[in-house]
This record gives sequence, structure tokens and C-alpha cells, in this order.
Amino acid sequence: MTATTPSSTAPHPRPGPALRAALLRRWGRALVGMPPYAWLLLFFLIPFLIVLKISFSEPQAAIPPYVPLFSWAGDQILQIRLNLGNYGYLFSDELYVAAYLNSLKIAGISTVFCLLIGYPMAYAIARAPKTVRNPLLMLVVLPFWTSFLIRVYAWMGILKNEGLLNSFLLWTGIIHAPLQMLETDFAVYVGIVYSYLPFMILPLYATLEKMDLSLLEAAADLGCRPFRAFLNVTLPLSIPGMVAGSMLVFIPAVGEFVIPDLLGGPDTLMIGKVLWSEFFDNRDWPAASAVAVAMLVLLVAPIMVFQHYQNKTSEAGR
Amino acid sequence: MALPSAKPQVFAPWNDPEAKPLIRIEGVSKSFGDFHAVNKVDLDIYPGEFFSLLGASGCGKTTLLRMLAGFETPTEGRISIDGVDMTSIPPYERPINMMFQSYALFPHMTVAQNVAFGLKQDRVPKRLIGNKVREVLDLVQMSRFAERKPQQLSGGQRQRVALARCLAKEPKVLLLDEPLAALDKKLREQTQLELVNIQDRVGITFVMVTHDQEEAMTMSARIGVMNAGSIEQIGTPVEIYEYPTTTFVADFIGTANMFDGVVSLEEQNRTVVDCSELETQLTVGHASGVAVGAPVTVMVRPEKMTVQREKPDPRINCVHGVVSDIAYLGDISIYHVRLESGRKVQVALTNLRHTSEQRLTWDDEVYLTWHPANSLVLVQ
Repeated sequence: MTATTPSSTAPHPRPGPALRAALLRRWGRALVGMPPYAWLLLFFLIPFLIVLKISFSEPQAAIPPYVPLFSWAGDQILQIRLNLGNYGYLFSDELYVAAYLNSLKIAGISTVFCLLIGYPMAYAIARAPKTVRNPLLMLVVLPFWTSFLIRVYAWMGILKNEGLLNSFLLWTGIIHAPLQMLETDFAVYVGIVYSYLPFMILPLYATLEKMDLSLLEAAADLGCRPFRAFLNVTLPLSIPGMVAGSMLVFIPAVGEFVIPDLLGGPDTLMIGKVLWSEFFDNRDWPAASAVAVAMLVLLVAPIMVFQHYQNKTSEAGR
Repeated sequence: MALPSAKPQVFAPWNDPEAKPLIRIEGVSKSFGDFHAVNKVDLDIYPGEFFSLLGASGCGKTTLLRMLAGFETPTEGRISIDGVDMTSIPPYERPINMMFQSYALFPHMTVAQNVAFGLKQDRVPKRLIGNKVREVLDLVQMSRFAERKPQQLSGGQRQRVALARCLAKEPKVLLLDEPLAALDKKLREQTQLELVNIQDRVGITFVMVTHDQEEAMTMSARIGVMNAGSIEQIGTPVEIYEYPTTTFVADFIGTANMFDGVVSLEEQNRTVVDCSELETQLTVGHASGVAVGAPVTVMVRPEKMTVQREKPDPRINCVHGVVSDIAYLGDISIYHVRLESGRKVQVALTNLRHTSEQRLTWDDEVYLTWHPANSLVLVQ
């Protein structure tokens, strides 16, 4: 066979400037994408794998306080000791299951309250005159300027027996003896709803604000009273915001430790507290790690649901 | 057999003093702060009429429409529909539906649900809703798309759904806010006639807002030309084009060549105007109604002029100039003729022949003439 085109017989050309530019573009793009992946790998995936590894080992009184997973047993034999007992323990001891369920309950109820309180607030801000919208949003975000911990301590000051709220109620004469509010589930709900409310308001505001108001005029035009227009048009169109806000409140609330620890009582059972005591009080790192892994798995499920929902709505929107 | 002697009745209730208007707008004004969007508008619209409010953007036509729908309340004046004062009646209780410029279809509902929405609000029985939805979707030829979401439709299809949604409620009045503005030219022309046919079939009174004079002329029985919040003239498309009453209307509708002058002779069916700019007298075939010496404007439409290279003999209404620009539009050509005074005049000629012989070209010297009956005196 003979060459039919001159180029195929010519020596392989050195990369021309166009090719070099294309290569650079390709690698350049990859380089720009690298840092976030590197960040996630270093500070999320690797720590997670370490925790996963510890969850399969046995505790021992040493530093570190667990038996290594991998060890050399004699000549050229790598011994791997996988201890599944920690996970079995999670299911056999009622404490863990109860703590999980209670965490889900507290997070769920708090989310509902955040939604009930946050929706009217987000709605009012989104429908306020343009000039006051930003100041109002600013007020929603303002608490973030103070340390989260300080704000929770402030609630202790408000809720304790000789605190602000009790003093006020005693002064008005509504009650005659101080109410036990601190160290109850009530205080935990107050703390979680208060702390996570902005995370509900912001996505709801974003959805409500970009809603086309001519849809409401169209509804009115077609004979719909304002309240029914809200139920039939505004509410269904704000579902994406409600889902996003609920996820942002529910997911961190499940693993919340500070609020139940400071505001809750000794019998406020939440998985974050169990994890803490397992880790620091019992120094049982493997069990604590198993709790952490299980919690992660439990939380990944709602996130997946959320993602799935978002993909579906973005597809429908196209 | 006797032939029917009466000619088919022309639809013109506005000429009938007995006819009762469906919509009555009396002295309606709307101000936003210092800005007068609508200024003392009086307007009667009759049952079954296709009425257009025509004007440039910001002239107040949309505000007037929104007051009819009930989304804005008049600062002054009164709107009544079928004899009922609408002042304190909210939009959801008015016998009016509006087709929005953006169509405002509910994105979370299917086409069928959108159309059924208005009927559901009236608590119409389910079975009747189903029938009505099918009926109006058939009317706008959208039955095949009943289960689609608005996002899955093209602009033209959405427009049809929006129309169907309004028609389903069988309102007394249908308001259309720039209904065809979002469609491309071909589709728009096709939809114009379709809308008129639909209006004819359902017999609902249509009030349309548009900035497109061609659209208004094609579709409407009458047009109200608006300028700066007021209605300048109300009339049929022919009246508005051929007999504008103000220089604004003459200029806004089509193209107008206007010459300022002073009345020098006033007779029963003839007005002679001294036009200093043209250094000649112009004769117009009707009385101006103003005294000799009053300043007036003579208006001639480009297509009403004839062009010739030779000097015409009886030199009535004749001006002389040079072709300076030619716009070839296919069916017609527009010639811009520069007169001796430096003033430019537009003349439109139909391109009757294929060949370019005889056709005028740049720098040709031409004489423009027109019959006195084809020009108009506008009083300033």
C-alpha cells in the first residue's frame, strides 16, 4: 500500500501552537477544578476513612486507644482484624436506637416549627417594598454576627428558673412558682428553632421573591380570592424552597450536640450527645466511630432524596 | 323570487344612538405620584366589539386595561360594565378575564388544569369542567397538548392556552395585553386573523392593547389612539388612517407628509392653504372649519401622490424635487424626494412590473402631484 496523502508520509508534526493551546486549555481546566476536589479528599474523605477504619477496631487502654486494624503477624503475613462488634452493639443496646429515633423526632419537629415560623417571615420579606427587603434580610442574618455558643448561653439565661422569662411571668402574675424550662426538651426545641430559623428563611425567601407576581393577578382574574390564590399558586410554587429550607434545618439538627448539651436535661437523648460521651467519657473510640458512621449513613438518605427532588424540578423547569 | 333587498347589516353600534355600551369609561384618570398615566379618558365599548387601544409605550394604554381588570383603581372617574359600577368590585368578582402579555400560565399545572382553574374557582361541577376544557382547547386547537406543562410548549402554543384559559370562563369582556408581541412575524400575522375568527365565533367583547398599528388595523372594529394618557381619536381603522383628526394620529398611523401653512381661502368643499415653505398654494377638497389666516397643517399620505418626470399641466398641488433615497420593499418602493426647500417627502409606488425600466432612480428630477380630495387639513 502506498500513502495516498502527503501528510501521512511526512514525519509526525511537532505540536503546533494551536495544539499546545488546546492541551493547555484542557489541563488548565482540570487544574482549576482540582483544589475543591483536593480539599474534599484531604479534609473529608480521608478523615472519614480513618473514622471508618477505627469503627472496625477494638478499644484498648493505650495511646491511641484502639487496636490497629492492620498488623504484621510474623513473616510476610499481614493480619487484618475486622471487629464488627461495634455495629452489632449499636443495634443490641437500646440506648443507640432510642437516641437515633429521638434525634430524628427532635429534628423533625424543629423543622416543622421552623417552617411554620419561617414561611410567614420569608413571605413578608419577599412581598415587602424593594427598599426594605435588604434591611429585613440583614436582620435575619444578623444573629450570625454573634458566636453561636454565646447565643445558646443567652437562652440559658432566659430560660433558667431565675431567668428573664420566669421573672417576667412571675411579675405579671401568670405563674406563682418558676417553671422548669431549662434542661427540658422544650428548651432544646427553642434552641434549635431559634438557631436554624435563618436557614429556613433564606431559601424560602429566594423562591418566593423570584415568583412571577402576574401569576397571582392571573389567579385573581380567574375568580380566585387572595387566600385561595395563595393556596393554589404561591404554596405549590414555593415547594422547592420549603424542601431546601427543611433539609438545611433537619440535617444539622439531627447531629446537633451543643444545644441539647447546654439546654437539654440529662434525659434529653440525642445522638450527638451519645457520640460525645462515648468518645470523651468512655474513651471508646471504636464505638464512637461506629455511631458517627451510622449517623452519616442515616443523614445521607435524606440528602439523596433532596438531590433527586432538585434534579426532577430542574428537569421539569427546562 | 325577491332578492333580499336589505344589504347585510354593517356592525357599527357606535353610530346607533339607541345602542347601549357594554363598557362605559367616564372621566377616568390614574396618577402615580406626580405622573398622570391616564388623563380623563371617556370611552364607550359596545357588546361584541373588537376594540384596540393603540399607542407608544408609556402612553397609559396598559394602565387603562389594568383598571378595567381591577388591578389598578382609578384616581378619578368611573368604570361600569353592563351598567354595573366596577369601582369597588375586586378583580376576582368582575365578569372580565385578561390575557397577560407574559401569558402568566401556572407552571405547576398542566394545560388542562390551567384552563380548568377559573371554572374550579366558580365551583362548576367536575363533569361540566371537563367538557368545557375540551371544548375551548378544541377551539384553539390545543387538545393534543392537554397533559403538557407550560414549559413544554412553544410561545405560540402558550399563547393559545392563555386564550383558552380566558375563554373557558365565558367572560363578558376579554382583555388582551399585547397578545401577540412575543410571537415571530409570520406566526403573528396568522394568529391575528385566527383571533378575530375566534372572537367572531364566541361573540365576546375583546379589548386589546397594542403598540403595533398594523395589528390594531387588521384586527379591530375600532381603535382608540392614545397619547400621553389621553385618547386622541377613536374610530374605525379606515377613519383613523384616512381621516386623522390630529397631527399626532396622522403621524403615528402610517406615514404622513405634512406641510404647515395658513388658510387663505375657505369654501364649502375646498380650502386653499398658503404654504410658505413650499412657496405655493395647496388645495384641499374639504372645508377646514377655521377662519382665513388660521395656521393649519396639510397632510398627504405617500401612496396618494403621483410621480412624473414631466411637468404636469394644471399645476394644482404640485411640488418639484429630486429623488434622494429609495427603499425597495418588494411590493412597493418608498422614494424620498428632496424638495427645493430642502424638505424631504415620502412617496410610495407599487412595483407593478418586473422590469426596472421606467423606474425612478437616484437624482431623477420629479414632480409630485395629488388630487385635492386625497389630502386633509389638520387644525393645530
